[in-house]
Amino acid sequence: MTGLPERTEKKLGLVIDLDTCVGCHACVTACKGWNDQGYGVPLSDQNPYGADPSGTFLNRVHSYAVQLVDAAAQIINFPRSCLHCEDAPCVTVCPTGASYKRAEDGIVLVNEDACIGCGLCAWACPYGARELDQAAGVMKKCTLCVDRIYNEALPEEDREPACVRTCPTGARHFGDFADPESKVSRLTAEREGFALMPEMGTKPVNRYLPPRKKDRPEEASLLAPLLDIKATGLAGWLDRVLGKI
Amino acid sequence: MNPAPSVVIFTVLSGLGFGFLALLGVFGSAGMAAFFLWALGYGLAVAGLVASTFHLGNPQRALLAFTQWRTSWLSREAWASVVTLLLFAPQAVSDWLGLEWGRGFGMAGAAMAFVTVYCTSMIYAQIRAVPRWHHWTVPAVFLAYALSGALVMGAVRPYAAWMLVLLGIALALHWHFGKSAFARAGASMESATGLGRIGAVSVFEQPHTGGNYLMREMIFVVGRKHADRVRMIAMVCSVMLPVLALMFIPGVAAVIVAVAVHLLGALAQRWLFFAEAEHVVGLYYGAH
Ligand code: SF4
Ligand code: SF4
Repeated sequence: MTGLPERTEKKLGLVIDLDTCVGCHACVTACKGWNDQGYGVPLSDQNPYGADPSGTFLNRVHSYAVQLVDAAAQIINFPRSCLHCEDAPCVTVCPTGASYKRAEDGIVLVNEDACIGCGLCAWACPYGARELDQAAGVMKKCTLCVDRIYNEALPEEDREPACVRTCPTGARHFGDFADPESKVSRLTAEREGFALMPEMGTKPVNRYLPPRKKDRPEEASLLAPLLDIKATGLAGWLDRVLGKI
Repeated sequence: MNPAPSVVIFTVLSGLGFGFLALLGVFGSAGMAAFFLWALGYGLAVAGLVASTFHLGNPQRALLAFTQWRTSWLSREAWASVVTLLLFAPQAVSDWLGLEWGRGFGMAGAAMAFVTVYCTSMIYAQIRAVPRWHHWTVPAVFLAYALSGALVMGAVRPYAAWMLVLLGIALALHWHFGKSAFARAGASMESATGLGRIGAVSVFEQPHTGGNYLMREMIFVVGRKHADRVRMIAMVCSVMLPVLALMFIPGVAAVIVAVAVHLLGALAQRWLFFAEAEHVVGLYYGAH
């Protein structure tokens, strides 16, 4: 059913730290790798070695230049994937019931066996989190690695989304936002984590942590105490003569 | 949004077809003429519906689209169109064979035909992420097209002309509100990234060098360059020329000319409806 659950027991999601992310795209690659052999059809590529390659990805890393009001511009790397919204418009528009939000943990999934590939859910998502696989004709989206996080065949440290597991800088965190004591809830509270495009009324679960304020360069040069020394003797004479030429 | 021919043709033909069927349902016709007119109405509506399946990735599962009518406008549209086509069937048979079954089925079918067109329009109007579509003028335009197209086809002269004028007004309003829709929705690169809290955002580097589904489907910008010209074509062809034709050309010729240019205008309008609609996801790519 594409009705949304009243409430979900857990609210699983990601916290993405925009302060820490270095834009290495490791999460993009890990996601592509895992989802080539995990849940549903593999993420296909079209013309991968040709002049105009393109393919299905569930996670994309953008880079933005942000011009601060009173300081130099900053580069912010910005991973973008499904936010597992509480009021997910992608779910309610689906005519077949293929798109659904799980009542137990809030993960938004696509049942590929029921998907007709109409693309309406991708239109309804404000965040570009859904891509229609061009080879299989079904909708693909982040599953929050539902086939890892509960998978007892994996060692415990691997039971988190592939992107989180792989991030070399620890910029991605996975957890339950319904539990105020979880790591993701605490990080969000401490660092004023925010939701994307709240004006779209989707109530995203994922949160982004803003970049921290950077240290300002000192106003005066670090060499200031040395620069003020009056030269004497030969150096002083040279200084005076050279100054006159 | 990408103006895929399948959706442009789907919305135009099914709208016209259902409008025309509604007209036949209410006023009827008799004998062989009835057979051909009903067949024409059914042909248009069904051709439109068939075209809509061309953009599906897995059309063999299309029957599943009937399951989610509680939440999905697309599912409601599927139901409404089938119910409408079924309701008209006994009326068509009665008209053709002169069975005198009254106009009950035709009336009910006519009501459902407009429900169907409304559902079609809501597939687009429900989408908040495309601010230009998320507006009451979208159902108004779709319904006005269905009704005026049908009246033109039925050569119901004075009413057809008046309805065309109403269509012109609906179009003007739709375009007027469309201009500021994106700004009113309040989405910007700053809100899309949330980085507005620290400064003004611009794209430094795109996430991928090739194209992708999102860009092809939702960040279609080619059409916007010619938007004003297409708007003009749509207004002249679907409203002004048919009105003039109906007023000044006598006989059947008027109807043929009026229907032809009206259809052309409707196609232009619908192409633009998709082509100039900005999806908020474009913000992530520095476009919208
Ligand atoms: S981010 Fe998009 S795809 Fe994910 S739940 Fe929200 S609306 Fe749906
Ligand atoms: S593409 Fe598939 S999942 Fe998306 S709305 Fe259509 S049927 Fe549902």
